Amino acid sequence: MAPDNSAKRGRLKVFLGYAAGVGKTYQMLSEAQQMRKAGVDVVIGYFEPHGRKDTMALTEGLETIPRKIVEYRGTRLEEMDTDAILRRRPQVAVVDEFPHTNVPGSGRPKRWEDVAVLLDAGIDVLTTMNVQHLESLNDQIWQSTGVRVRETIPDWVLQQADEVVMVDVTPSALLNRLKRGVVYPPDRAKAALENFFRLPTLVALRELAMRQTAHAVESRHPQDDATDRDEGGTTLQPRERVLLLIEPDPASAALIRRAKRVADYLQADCLAVYVAKDPTLGDLEPEARESVERQLNFARGLQIETRILEGAEVAEALVTFARTNGVTQIFVMRHKDQGFASLLRRGLVQRIVGLAPDMQVTIVADRSSQRPIK
Amino acid sequence: MPHDEHDPSARRDPEALLRHVQAAERSATRGALKIFLGYASGVGKSFRMFDEGRRRHERGEDIVVAAMQPDMDPGVEQIARTMEVIPTLMTAGVPVIDVETVRRRRPQVCLVDGLAYDNPPGSHHAKRYQDVDELLAAGIAVMTSLNIEYIDEQQDFVEGVTGRRPHETVPQAFIDQAEEVLVVDAPPDAATSEDADRLSKLRQRALLLTADVVDQQLEAYLQLHGIRPTWGTQERILVCMTPRANAAAMLASGRRNADRFYGELFAIYVNQPNLTADDCSALDRNVILARAQQAHIDVLDSKDAIGAILAYARAQGITQLFVGHNLRRSLRTRFTGTPLDRLIDEAEGIDVRVFPH
Repeated sequence: MAPDNSAKRGRLKVFLGYAAGVGKTYQMLSEAQQMRKAGVDVVIGYFEPHGRKDTMALTEGLETIPRKIVEYRGTRLEEMDTDAILRRRPQVAVVDEFPHTNVPGSGRPKRWEDVAVLLDAGIDVLTTMNVQHLESLNDQIWQSTGVRVRETIPDWVLQQADEVVMVDVTPSALLNRLKRGVVYPPDRAKAALENFFRLPTLVALRELAMRQTAHAVESRHPQDDATDRDEGGTTLQPRERVLLLIEPDPASAALIRRAKRVADYLQADCLAVYVAKDPTLGDLEPEARESVERQLNFARGLQIETRILEGAEVAEALVTFARTNGVTQIFVMRHKDQGFASLLRRGLVQRIVGLAPDMQVTIVADRSSQRPIK
Repeated sequence: MPHDEHDPSARRDPEALLRHVQAAERSATRGALKIFLGYASGVGKSFRMFDEGRRRHERGEDIVVAAMQPDMDPGVEQIARTMEVIPTLMTAGVPVIDVETVRRRRPQVCLVDGLAYDNPPGSHHAKRYQDVDELLAAGIAVMTSLNIEYIDEQQDFVEGVTGRRPHETVPQAFIDQAEEVLVVDAPPDAATSEDADRLSKLRQRALLLTADVVDQQLEAYLQLHGIRPTWGTQERILVCMTPRANAAAMLASGRRNADRFYGELFAIYVNQPNLTADDCSALDRNVILARAQQAHIDVLDSKDAIGAILAYARAQGITQLFVGHNLRRSLRTRFTGTPLDRLIDEAEGIDVRVFPH
């Protein structure tokens, strides 16, 4: 979370789009140029030209901090030189591609972590990203577009941005840009048209970007509307608390993303528990243990409070914890198992629902098994 | 967003959908309409529109400017002047598009800055958007700019936020038939935090309104191409009302969740043959509650309630299914367990939320 000396922390502005070529970098650099003309000390910390002439022209007159060279498996790769930007101490740094994963050995694993360092040092940052890189949308994006995004960014990182701006272009205009070779070189453009750049995919992502930006606007300007009130329309709803059950199954990741997204939209707290006979996880096979630890880490990375509960009976331990912690909603996952395994699962879900007649229990769909739009 | 200000019938409106499909079908003869939608003046709608016109002009498209705003930013005017301008006619001190000249000139694309103008009395059309409609009908594509404040159906909302009620408006139906709607978004450049809050509300509404138009276009596209939608772009919540479920709590929560997610709320019940008179009156009460929460309401007729609910959920692209706890206590069968078990087993791709009594 943001440190409390937020007065000194730099401001983060994110240009949010839904595909390569919508004009995020173009708009970001236009703004940097306006700042420069207004006398602001703005530098380019990282910029990915992708060979686009219009965009490159917009870097003219802006100081660029040279990238650093990182050797990785015998290849020389370039990354943003965060230390050099810190030494230069500009008022504003322009940093393209917020969700970028750094080459191993370049310091911090993710570019958004480098950006956090700049912000902590009091430098304002302008950056770009597409909506599909948002962690909590990962399964939904897969479900509606068939695109599984690998480079993700935790939602709280975007929530910390002081400003989120939607960079819009209509899908047909974007497809025209692609066909004209403005976005990618011809061979890459052809492949892109056949894969990611299909009209329904673009329309779906664009819609998600709009709703996400609307959500960002709303959470920065809380509105005194009816949704914060109960049915009587007078008093505030008690704060919701969402609890999710982690299991050794790797599909828990989808559950974690979904529960966190619901919690964020309801402005609820989010907790995750794993129930174990042995709280040191010593009773688990190494593989299951590693999976549980990975899920717990993943949840923590999304700023979910995690806990390992000691208990012989999963449903009982879960519901008891929920009740003593004021939980209003429990999230568990649904398995795609068949036969006997599914009957066992059913037993667990049934037990939880049976033990918690005073709470909402959500059985989260397994969106990974769905066939997306083709 | 408060739902009382948001007409749910504006979403998934079959009429609007039809307009999209019709727009897609007639585009061969009719000019395409592109709207640059903003939430306030000064966010850059005109700039975006003229800049696109300029770039297309440079690529060889035949473009004319048919209307500019009275007090334009000099930079924007400079861009507009790189293209051929057909001056507006001044009638009673009001600028009116010279439709005749534009029609005779027959450009590929015509730019109209500011769609929501009234023409003075005695003009061929009372509203500028009707002039634009005539140009479109003549096969000329039009790009135009519009501020959300001037959409007819948004007037109550706009007045609630700004205290103003502009009388020069454009109906939503005209926007729905646009081939393309582009949202011009920029954070508000507000002097006070009160202004910032006001502008944020308009900004949020502009984004959601465009998202709804986009959603309908996606649906029209999928229908036109015979693709069964597996959604996920918008949350759609279905409340299953049974006589003994706590429908009031489920519907209130459904509304709240739908609003939070900018989604849609549906409510159904299954008309089964074995319902008692008490059951029927409970269901009638639930329908009244559902209507009060502005849900889309449907009654299904089936002996197989679970099967009917799931088929409906799939057809409507439901993402969350709200059911009552009491489903658990109903008759269980040996193979499928309780109806709730079966619902969970078969609700592939849909979250199931079980509500307490």
